[in-house]
Amino acid sequence: MADIQEMAGGALIAAGAFFYVVGALGLYRMPDVFTRMHAVGISDTVGVGLLLTGMMFLAGFSLVTVKLAIILGIILFTSPIATHALAQAALHEGIVPMGVGTEVLLGPGARRRDRKKTKGARKARAAKRRKRS
Amino acid sequence: MILAAASLAILVALTLGVIRALRGPTVFDRVLAANAIGTGAIMLLALIGFLAGRPEFLDIGILYALLNIIATLAVLKFFRYGDLSHPGGEEPGGP
Repeated sequence: MADIQEMAGGALIAAGAFFYVVGALGLYRMPDVFTRMHAVGISDTVGVGLLLTGMMFLAGFSLVTVKLAIILGIILFTSPIATHALAQAALHEGIVPMGVGTEVLLGPGARRRDRKKTKGARKARAAKRRKRS
Repeated sequence: MILAAASLAILVALTLGVIRALRGPTVFDRVLAANAIGTGAIMLLALIGFLAGRPEFLDIGILYALLNIIATLAVLKFFRYGDLSHPGGEEPGGP
């Protein structure tokens, strides 16, 4: 019985660590803020959930299990709040998600503020515009 | 054994988060990375508590989880209004 319990806990912890690293890799590799938020969502739900559930299996029925459940509940409830506030603040600041036109999210007349303001970047944009028309 | 491996994986994830926090082009990348680092610290704390056979560390984990959300919201509010005691809602100079 105890053997099965430890094996199940170990498997859950291994899976949770894998998903956690996948989420962190997304945080490092993704190209813009919103896609990075999407990647962190993996480690904040699946990664944390599997890790803490695995530790609950290892701990058995005790006060430790209750504490782990409290941590899991707090993280599961506060992580969407933080992500929502972050996305709203980023949109309000004028950062446009990749692949979406400015007018769709912010209304007509909205400015892009995430563009590079150097001379070279401006010239490259002008050249691109000329090529399109 | 599996606990040590998982701790190592969390350390790798924390390293990636720190790199993103240092390199992040906007302030939101840094806030997001700080949030992820906080969650990773909780996980590392719990795993090391189990590894050392002293799960009493979990109390500190609960405290970190509560502080994490407060810190994120406070930083976001400060960068939006420039003042933590601002009532919110209306923009400082906007319509």
